[in-house]
Amino acid sequence: MSPDPRQSESPHNGLFVNGLCKSYGPVQVLADASFEVRPGEVVALLGENGAGKSTVSNIIAGATKSDAGSIIWRGKPYSPANPAAAIEAGVGMIHQELKLLPDLSVAENVYVGRLPMRGGRIDRAIMNAKASAQLKRLGLDVSPERKVRTLRIAAQQQVEIAKALTLNAELLIFDEPTAALGGEETELLFQQIRKLKAEGMSFIYISHRLDEIAQIADRVVVMRDGRIVARHERADIPVRTVVEQMVGRSVERMFPTLSPPGTDTLLEVENLSSPERSFNDVSFSVKSGEILGIAGLIGAGRTELVRAIAGADPISSGSVRVGGQPVHLSGPAAAIKAGVVLVPEDRKAQGVVLDQTIGENLAFGNFDHVAPKGWVFPKAVQKFAEAGISRLGVKGRPNQAVSKLSGGNQQKVIIAKWVSRPPKVFILDEPTRGIDVGARAAIYDVIADLARSGMAVVVVSSDLEEVLGLSHRVLVLSRGRQRGILDRSEASNVAVMELATS
Amino acid sequence: MTVSNDASDLKATTGAQGATGAKLSALFAGTMGPLIGLLLLCLALTLTTDTFLTVRNILNVLDQITVLGIMAIGMTLVILIGGIDLSVGSVLALASMVMGFVAHPDYLNLGLPAGIAAALVVAGLCGLVSGLLVTLTKLPPFIATLAMMSVARGLANMITDGSQIVGFSDWFTNLSIIRHFGFLSVTVGLMIVLAIIFAIFLNYRATGRSLYAIGGSAEVARLSGIPVKSLTNWVYAICGVLAGLAGIVLAARLDSVQPSSGLGYELDTIAAVVIGGASLSGGVGSIGGTAVGVLIIGVLRNGLNLLGVSPFIQQVVIGVVIALAVATDTWRRRAQ
Repeated sequence: MSPDPRQSESPHNGLFVNGLCKSYGPVQVLADASFEVRPGEVVALLGENGAGKSTVSNIIAGATKSDAGSIIWRGKPYSPANPAAAIEAGVGMIHQELKLLPDLSVAENVYVGRLPMRGGRIDRAIMNAKASAQLKRLGLDVSPERKVRTLRIAAQQQVEIAKALTLNAELLIFDEPTAALGGEETELLFQQIRKLKAEGMSFIYISHRLDEIAQIADRVVVMRDGRIVARHERADIPVRTVVEQMVGRSVERMFPTLSPPGTDTLLEVENLSSPERSFNDVSFSVKSGEILGIAGLIGAGRTELVRAIAGADPISSGSVRVGGQPVHLSGPAAAIKAGVVLVPEDRKAQGVVLDQTIGENLAFGNFDHVAPKGWVFPKAVQKFAEAGISRLGVKGRPNQAVSKLSGGNQQKVIIAKWVSRPPKVFILDEPTRGIDVGARAAIYDVIADLARSGMAVVVVSSDLEEVLGLSHRVLVLSRGRQRGILDRSEASNVAVMELATS
Repeated sequence: MTVSNDASDLKATTGAQGATGAKLSALFAGTMGPLIGLLLLCLALTLTTDTFLTVRNILNVLDQITVLGIMAIGMTLVILIGGIDLSVGSVLALASMVMGFVAHPDYLNLGLPAGIAAALVVAGLCGLVSGLLVTLTKLPPFIATLAMMSVARGLANMITDGSQIVGFSDWFTNLSIIRHFGFLSVTVGLMIVLAIIFAIFLNYRATGRSLYAIGGSAEVARLSGIPVKSLTNWVYAICGVLAGLAGIVLAARLDSVQPSSGLGYELDTIAAVVIGGASLSGGVGSIGGTAVGVLIIGVLRNGLNLLGVSPFIQQVVIGVVIALAVATDTWRRRAQ
């Protein structure tokens, strides 16, 4: 076997990915991908959805086979036939959707498939002791006998990491590890990654949160359309540069210019509190034509607050007035009637019925328009849907299933569902979550248009750039409490984060 | 990337959709497979027996499916919203016993109209209780209606301490015997009218369309302002009333009521709805499909009888048909 030329250039014992290619039928999802991961470093893999990050990580983790190319791992050719073989070779992957058995204990999850046995029975004492030791190594104080279901997402993720550690993983691939974590939990994860790094472990880190990259990564690899388009030797590169490399063009005007708000106050929220105390004593108002951003860390109560205003969750005290009229928030139907509509956080579970058509989805919630006397005729639905589709620029037809649309177009369908009423208050919770960077601009334009047409718009987002770029004012929540409302001129990254972490 | 994906999706679906096919498929949405199966079944029986394709036999089949057909309409609504009702067989028995008890000269002797009214009210209440167990106490529909199945059966037995009530007025039994215009008994007519009413309701009424939203995703429906809980209660109540009505039809056919009637009917009913293309996870199904499912079961039983196949083998065959129908449906969906 002739030694790999690159290996002799940089003689380290890490991972070399050389010219990986992968096609599904005529679609090439990975073309000539090459990069390396040195021992004890974190390489961030960035790119839009469909850029090929998952494909390349799946090949390294043994879940997919490449068509061409080779991998050298720890000085030897490496082509795992399946995830088990990858784990055997010391390569583990922590998926975005955790693969744990919720009704088994922490220790059982760590040792599933290789439970320590003695005399034909599981040796629980040994299993629990060993699992406990790994959890301690991660700085996690959780009983190994606790059921995984009872743990928070962050702790469940730690269990996955502990599992990988007991498998003697030397390379860990993280796919969007912080998507479901709050600020403190993210910080804990980073601390652990740094600690394991110091022990010589390597990491491939996939994330959409570009602001994290500078904190945790040593080097950055940017992918687009199945190709590697940039390799950065340092991680503190400007976000703008990375985004431009990801989308392949300059993103000069990511955010639309905002028109000045009107004078009528459309939404007034006074001393609103939730029964579970997920938000407390929140008061604000939004004018016609104004966009109010709501910022805060995950768990700050943002989603709970807007759901309550839209009648989706109960409140314990406080009041909401729409156009000066008090609204009795008995449920979503009452809120919609009063002119408050919500584009919910989880598009697929709360926003659209995926298996049904665009037309049906638009009709749900608008039967008072589509069926004035309760009669729904396909032609009326079709006409209504066509109007919504053309107004929002949805790329689809009325009788097309919503599941066939891209995330951005699904989001437009949900917005189209409400826009014709027309509502007075339009609330959007995480409007661009899971939507390609390139498609986000279109959603931003839509949101700006909603405001321009005279609605009061409320936007909740975990993406700080988005909140800052899109809002006239920014309300910051922290642990359920309102920490302040910043004007566009004074709202900066730093100012918002200071309030959000207070 | 996104743009090109959308464009190709658009093209693919535009090509696949024919204009004329769309109208026909709207009526029998997703039921083409079962419909073809039914036609093949009829063809096979026409070729293998002399008696299948006779007016007399077809009318027989229709008479035989009335009870199943009426119950299956209610079950279609329940399954559409992602629920299930295991209690319909027991509710059928309870309703018919209530009718007998109220109407029969040996008991309260208040007359058949009062008996029928009481039966429908009791059946509706049973359904409503199931619905409330689902919406208020958040029991899974399987458990709520399993409980109702046991309770209703027990109540049915308690009324007469387990004995049957025999003999009703002639006009009542004639409802299922006399064929008006030479072919249509009142009970068959009732089934057909109900099927048409509920088909129109599901296809063209806002409330009917809302049931598809609830079955597709109850949370999406709720956030769209659809009153999910009250509609769910209504659907279970209506399913109960229709089960009660089926019990009255059965009483007319048998000229008697007994607390053990309707045993296992819930499974036949669910089978008919599922064979008709409805999805047990909700959001997919139609009255047209259910009608085809009911006919498949009815024709299959009738045909196997004509062929002299033992009832035990019939059960095996029906089991195989259920598995085949749902399996082909699943394959078809996956192929799309």
